[in-house]
Amino acid sequence: MNAHICGDYKTSYKKDMVLFQTPFSKFWIIVFLVSLCIIPLFLDDYVLYVCNMIGIAIIGALGLNILTGFTGQISLGHGAFLGIGAYASAYLVMDLGFPFFIALPCAGVITAMFGMVFGIPSLRLKGLYLAIATLAAQFIIEYLMVHVEFVTNGVLGKMVDFPSIMGFSFDTDLKYFYLVATMAVIAVTVAKNIVRTRPGRAFIAIRDQYISAEVMGVNLFKYKLMAFAFSSFLAGIAGSLWAHYVTIITPEHFTIGVSIEYLAMIIIGGMGSIIGSIFGAVFMVLLPEVLRSLSGVLSGEFPMIVNLFAAIKEGIFGLIIIGFLVYEPDGMAHRWQMIKAYWKLWPFSY
Amino acid sequence: MGEEKTAVVPEVILEAESISLSFGGVNALLSVDFKVSKGEIYSVIGPNGAGKSSMFNVISGLYRPQRGRILYKGKDITTLAPHKIAPLGIARSFQNVELFKGMTVIDNLLLGRHIHMKSGLFSGGLFFGKAQKEELHHREVVEGIIDFLEIEHIRKKPVGTLSYGLQKRLELGRALALEPELLLLDEPMAGMNLEETEDMARFIIDINQERATTVLLIEHDMGVVMDISDTVTVLNFGELLATGTPQEVQENQAVINAYLGDEESVFLAGRAG
Repeated sequence: MNAHICGDYKTSYKKDMVLFQTPFSKFWIIVFLVSLCIIPLFLDDYVLYVCNMIGIAIIGALGLNILTGFTGQISLGHGAFLGIGAYASAYLVMDLGFPFFIALPCAGVITAMFGMVFGIPSLRLKGLYLAIATLAAQFIIEYLMVHVEFVTNGVLGKMVDFPSIMGFSFDTDLKYFYLVATMAVIAVTVAKNIVRTRPGRAFIAIRDQYISAEVMGVNLFKYKLMAFAFSSFLAGIAGSLWAHYVTIITPEHFTIGVSIEYLAMIIIGGMGSIIGSIFGAVFMVLLPEVLRSLSGVLSGEFPMIVNLFAAIKEGIFGLIIIGFLVYEPDGMAHRWQMIKAYWKLWPFSY
Repeated sequence: MGEEKTAVVPEVILEAESISLSFGGVNALLSVDFKVSKGEIYSVIGPNGAGKSSMFNVISGLYRPQRGRILYKGKDITTLAPHKIAPLGIARSFQNVELFKGMTVIDNLLLGRHIHMKSGLFSGGLFFGKAQKEELHHREVVEGIIDFLEIEHIRKKPVGTLSYGLQKRLELGRALALEPELLLLDEPMAGMNLEETEDMARFIIDINQERATTVLLIEHDMGVVMDISDTVTVLNFGELLATGTPQEVQENQAVINAYLGDEESVFLAGRAG
């Protein structure tokens, strides 16, 4: 075995700011990225579909975590913002003939604008009151999605093509996986960089102690709107990716239930943690799939279970969220920290 | 510093002109006037509820007085928002420690550098070139403050886990990170033991002398106040009772009465005046 350096031997502040500090973590992140490229080649379409849904959920959950976990501004309208991204992208590509790689960022920007408009009440409202204001945003946007038919085609739903970039069509689950994975890696990197630089510190300062943040020169209104904008931008990107993947979108896909599912993701994963958003997204997407396959296995012996599946699913969701709030209020990210800290000193824990 | 009655008139950095502030029927401040000269340590003392912290909140823009003006270097800042007052060079600490509990010591101090930094969502998100250099430069500045306050051992600790004395010290550091010309300190020694109090007094004197920072101090520890202040002003029930050198204030009969409370007359005089 090689002798392992045990201790901080950093000699410059620059080294102290590097994201992956040890050769060990650098090695593993490279292994992770390489396997992200190779492993999908051996997966079947169903697994790839689940992976794509996870990737999209990671982008959306990151957005909500920036707003709610880092800036402390609770939002119940995230599902609707996903919807705006989805419809914006669909309209730009299908009706106006934009190429996908332009429509994708445009969808993000359009959603960011909506987010900023609905973020304006955050200057005056806090906590539960802001939650209600964003709930209003959810319902207003849902109404718009049903009634602005020339864009959304109303309740009938809108057909969307698979995206293509420069003639290359992402028309299989495998091809789409690479698109989603690339976007998710970019989103995670950008979000991580933002939270460790000036805007991110301002966000956390607003969450922890907004009065002293203001006295230290942080413009509360500007930074709250910025958090809303960035959060909705990511929601817009996630919505756009989602729309082009499922290829038919209706207003029912973006209800309050989706908003709450995303809130559950960041609570379970860990509020105010980038890696927590990832854990939460993976968990919340996998959970129904695991439950579904379980009920498939059990249906031989208990035929009733398939009929009751929907109800059981909601019940288990609820139980799991309560379980996390009671036993791990800081989410899976905190558990992850504990595990890392344990192995750091293993086997000599003192 | 008692014998500066020479020809040089010190430059006034902060001036309050008949500030009145009331909450409903309660008068927190009643036409308070004072002038703080550049480079001095100016202490505000007075019993609990005298309006000292309210005065600080007025200066930093958190409260808007009903009457009167605050002039900073001759500029009216009474109606400016707090985040616009900070870049002018005014920083403060709070009576009850108001740090960012979820952040590390370094991040708290870096937030103090907020007004000196530029990177936004885009440059921060890319963390490349300019933004990276900026982070690095300000990290060095912050390390200077860590060194000054002797808190190297806790630089990576989340603030919520620190002891009260260290939190107080860090709050001073966060205010210093802003590089203020005028530093408002609201009871920096409250709840500290003798050693911590002495450390804090030393820091304040160093800041005042080495960084040429004007210090406006609220403190109940009379020993410290009388030792380090150039000027002391006494507030009682929202009104100015006396202003002068520590010696003058200690000998002022109205102040003695207010603190020792031996006669009703002071209270009544205060009301009538």
